[in-house]
Amino acid sequence: MALAKDKPVSSVSLGQQTAPTAGSAVRLKIESLNFYYGKAQSLFHVSLEIAANRVTAMIGPSGCGKSTLLRTFNRMHETISHTRLDGKILLDGQDILSQDVTRLRRKVGMVFQRPNPFPKSIFDNVAYGLRINGYAGSLSEHVERSLRRAALWEEVKDRLHKSAYGLSGGQQQRLCIARALAVDPEVLLLDEPCSALDPVSTAKIEDLLIELKQNCTIVIVTHNMQQAARVSDFTAFMLTGELIEFQPTPQLFTTPTDPRTEAYITGRFG
Amino acid sequence: MSLRTIWRKGLSAVMMSLTGLCALLTVSVLILVLGYLAWNGATALHWSFFTNLPAPVGEAGGGIANAIVGSAKLLLVAALIGVPIGLLGAVYLAEYASSIPAFTVRYAADLLNGVPSIVIGIFAYTVVVLPMQHFSALAGGFALGVMMIPIILRSSEDFLRAVPGSLREGAMAVGASKWKTILTVVVPAASGGIMTAILLALSRVAGETAPLLFTAFGNRFWSNGWNEPIASLPVVIYTYAISPYDDWHRQAWAAGLVLLGLVLVTNLVARGLLARPAGQRR
Repeated sequence: MALAKDKPVSSVSLGQQTAPTAGSAVRLKIESLNFYYGKAQSLFHVSLEIAANRVTAMIGPSGCGKSTLLRTFNRMHETISHTRLDGKILLDGQDILSQDVTRLRRKVGMVFQRPNPFPKSIFDNVAYGLRINGYAGSLSEHVERSLRRAALWEEVKDRLHKSAYGLSGGQQQRLCIARALAVDPEVLLLDEPCSALDPVSTAKIEDLLIELKQNCTIVIVTHNMQQAARVSDFTAFMLTGELIEFQPTPQLFTTPTDPRTEAYITGRFG
Repeated sequence: MSLRTIWRKGLSAVMMSLTGLCALLTVSVLILVLGYLAWNGATALHWSFFTNLPAPVGEAGGGIANAIVGSAKLLLVAALIGVPIGLLGAVYLAEYASSIPAFTVRYAADLLNGVPSIVIGIFAYTVVVLPMQHFSALAGGFALGVMMIPIILRSSEDFLRAVPGSLREGAMAVGASKWKTILTVVVPAASGGIMTAILLALSRVAGETAPLLFTAFGNRFWSNGWNEPIASLPVVIYTYAISPYDDWHRQAWAAGLVLLGLVLVTNLVARGLLARPAGQRR
């Protein structure tokens, strides 16, 4: 399998770019993104359009750059030193690199692989984003709404002021989703959110994502192809830093156009 | 059993006994000190000991009330100097510093930690007492505060570093700036450890005598405000212990017992704070 890194925007022609998202508005547009950790390049000319109010999944073997790519969407790569990117990332037509990063991160939220609630109460975890952004309204109403959206309200409504660390793994991850939702983001990025969770919690979160996409654009990185097939509307397949194929999910999994995609989804490598 | 096995088992038993003996010796030193203090000083411990001022030589009923209050005032000034500088310095080291400045600051803190306390006293004398032209609680507190800085800085830095990076990421991902993340997530998460570091630093400097000898100087009466010479427990112990009067010797033992008791209680509280599970720490 020849993996030619020097071919610009090779395997995904512009025709294939726009086709999958035709018919839905584009929320996030990535143009020719190159990303470097120090001297090593890890993303090569990635161009992608994320459709509004849809779930877009990014799949690929370990080390293909899907998490790296996800983290550029809310500039979380800037928390690591010696990283550099060139190319454009546009949120609703505006370049995210020229915006204030804290305002950007309110619009583009993120949920991480391992649940990371703060050592505070459940209420304070969800209210955290609201408090630091100077929310003037009723905190308890907003917290309840976010917990309902994350399908956690019924389980925690009687112990809002207990520590978040008393929750199970699946509950903690839903708490992190509630925390991210509390600031009403337009886009929600999820980096392998279920990889540390049991199947029951995974199913709850997958159902959640399908609900959430009505008001929110979702991008999910997943190691689990079946999850991508279950949950997403569009799927992007990445390999060693390149975007190989990007299609509506049913098409990618049944009639992939690139032989590498077919090899990956049929399990010949990965 | 072969000879080799007997030799191995014997050597193992000897080493275990030797190391156990040394551990026992360590603990027994503490018990001996406590015992000596209790034996010699207990007779002087009554309620009036804690509430009376020192009496003239020869008169009974002297107390250490002003020394206890004096030590408290000195520790307050010391905390006001040592805690902000130590804690913010630790935040700088843990959150902002790149390797070369961080190495330099840490090295300087370790050196400061190793400076003899009497030298710190001379420094405080030159910097505070001479310009002010008198001994004071401020000068004594300054000397103790300078001693607290490296202790708080190094311990707090370790506790701040121990806060997982995932918590910082979680805060930044909802739009917190770096400083807000530190203030609202990192420092609260490390707060148990930081409180412990502060308490241990306080209990450490509470017993320092040398830096107080020519900064706070000592006072046999109540000190008003912060600009007068002030009594403190360790200096009272020193003064009474080298005096030729038996009554004063007994009071020195008793004062020593009080000081050690306060240090032990502070240590226990500090360890107790650290033992609380992470979720319950606010």
